[in-house]
Amino acid sequence: MLQQIVFSIIVFYALWNAGKLYMRVRRNILLGKDEDLTDNPGKRWQNVMLVAFGQKKMFKRWIPAVLHLFIYVAFLMTQVELLEIFIDGFFGVHRFFAPYLGILYPIIISFIEILSVLAFIATIAFLARRNVLKIPRFHKSEMTWWPKLDANLILLGELTLLIGIFCMNGADVVLQKVDPEHYHPTGFFAISGWLGPLLFGWMNEGGLVIIERFGWWLHILTVLAFLNYLPISKHLHIMLAFPNTWYARLNSRGEMPNMPEVMNEVKSMMGLTPAADMAMDDELPEFGANDVTSLSWKNIMDAYTCTECGRCTSVCPANLTGKKLSPRKILMDIRDRAEEVGNKIDSEETRYLKADAKDKAYALTKDNFDDGKSLFDYITREELHACTTCNACVEACPVLINPLDPILRLRRYEILTESAGPQDWVPMFTSVENSGSVWQIPDDRDKWAKDAVGS
Amino acid sequence: MADVVAAGKNPEILFWVGCAGSYDARAQKVSIAFCKILNKAGIEYAILGKEESCTGDPARRAGNEFVFQMTALQNIETLNMYKVKKIVCTCPHCFNTLKNEYPALGGNYEVIHHTQFLQQLMEEGKISVQGGAFSGKKVTYHDSCYIGRVNGIYEVPRQLLEKLDNQLVEMERGKERGLCCGAGGAQMFKEDEPGDKRINIERTEEALDTGAEIIAANCPFCITMLQDGVKAKEKQDSVMVYDLSHRQ
Repeated sequence: MLQQIVFSIIVFYALWNAGKLYMRVRRNILLGKDEDLTDNPGKRWQNVMLVAFGQKKMFKRWIPAVLHLFIYVAFLMTQVELLEIFIDGFFGVHRFFAPYLGILYPIIISFIEILSVLAFIATIAFLARRNVLKIPRFHKSEMTWWPKLDANLILLGELTLLIGIFCMNGADVVLQKVDPEHYHPTGFFAISGWLGPLLFGWMNEGGLVIIERFGWWLHILTVLAFLNYLPISKHLHIMLAFPNTWYARLNSRGEMPNMPEVMNEVKSMMGLTPAADMAMDDELPEFGANDVTSLSWKNIMDAYTCTECGRCTSVCPANLTGKKLSPRKILMDIRDRAEEVGNKIDSEETRYLKADAKDKAYALTKDNFDDGKSLFDYITREELHACTTCNACVEACPVLINPLDPILRLRRYEILTESAGPQDWVPMFTSVENSGSVWQIPDDRDKWAKDAVGS
Repeated sequence: MADVVAAGKNPEILFWVGCAGSYDARAQKVSIAFCKILNKAGIEYAILGKEESCTGDPARRAGNEFVFQMTALQNIETLNMYKVKKIVCTCPHCFNTLKNEYPALGGNYEVIHHTQFLQQLMEEGKISVQGGAFSGKKVTYHDSCYIGRVNGIYEVPRQLLEKLDNQLVEMERGKERGLCCGAGGAQMFKEDEPGDKRINIERTEEALDTGAEIIAANCPFCITMLQDGVKAKEKQDSVMVYDLSHRQ
């Protein structure tokens, strides 16, 4: 009974706290601007099924794909065992599903156990890839102490989960022989069936009960700790990969989002439409993005979905040739800035109010927020200017994150709102504007054509 | 176009030449070669000539939406005035912008790249190729980002090359993994950001590693970048960079 009460208190506290943390993540994502990404649901579900559930894009690189698949499928399947742990914990029963599932029960548990062993091997391999083999993409400059520690904590957490499962099942198998009245025989478990007797066969009943409870509590406490750790970790992808693939933009990669406000202004300048209303606005319009509040909410969801695997950075031509740009860093910066803005809004301090809102008793929101900082305090111009828009990063991401889109939005801000940007570009802009060509050349555009007669 | 329409003709296709095809000495040769193929195939076509403007791709990708909109809307006015339906481009950047970005501005056309058009002409038996000077030679094909990864055209150019009777060898990074030449995103018009190496050198080294005597490409900017790379590696006498439309 005491165990049930303790269990219930811990679970409800963990869920309540996790709920708060996830709502914060949601709020931070919604710091971005509205963008409707709900068209063509058929195609969107297809993306979720193929890319998120089906891991399709992971298989561009076989070794990590197979290792990742072990952990992923083990994670999905373990939910059955987790559900049983919850029922057992709340109602003080033991292996609740066993009598209902009959012969299926040991088959399901065996399946989970085999996957767990594969996941164990994969986790060790991942630890080795990060810390021993030192795969280059895990050691770029943006991989400072925290991203590295975060990745290792997750992997160690996974090992803990698996150790819990095997302690629990292994001790149970032995107990089924010692005390069949309390530990009903469940049928043979593929791994624990021999590993349990091997490891714990020598113990007395008291010791076995302790090991069984230790494994059970270790597993569920690690699960709950994970749940609360995810919102501050790169590992959040296990949740967000699904909505992120659903909301991925479906347009051609070659299409930069149109800016109707600019188009309409230019149309009216060219006399194609009557003068736009834009001139009526007293505030100077801002174009592009300089902060999370002027990015699309999808850019921020991308950032929270990023698990920092670095596939984007490892194929970026700028990064490969020693330039500062790293697509992964752009996403990490967006997430860090979203966290900063979110925390400052939560602080409710009036010093973060925009100048013109200071004298009024407004609550601090994303619309009146100004801390004198922006994304440009995180992302340098040099990084933005190095991008060739080659889309290699877009192609590489296994969960349909688009690192290119925010880069181009920041470029738009720099050029359109700040009238800044690389000086080298100015002659190109002027030339396109005045002579309709990227180069200022006095020749006729069709001078070459005189040589094009005949065949 | 103006002359053709004045003569009462309604050409089947518009050849979109682009800034490079119009002004860059190397790309002009591609424009001429492509026109000669069209002449040979008996295709009725026209160019906009002085009425053509930059599609605005580099301005838009640099972030200058105003300049993009000005040139794009001007082009759309012209194209719609001549009731253009089908456009062929030799430049992947023009191709992408006309195909994927003009519709949102009111410009809807069937846009194809010249490699696709050449393939089509061959299938229809309007043109044929012989290996000639290229037969038996080792050729490697460089996927431009805007034909390859962005628009998913990987096989058509390779099939064309195979018809030339040569030995097609792949670079380590090909197709969707193809490495950029370094010119896209308006990089063509500025100095590189500080780094260890130029991107075109990295790509040229990869191409030379295949042992190919010919690097085939489909984009005037890639050709410039790779040609510069080959020169920097002092291989300009043994390795040639060609557009797919070149005939000898």
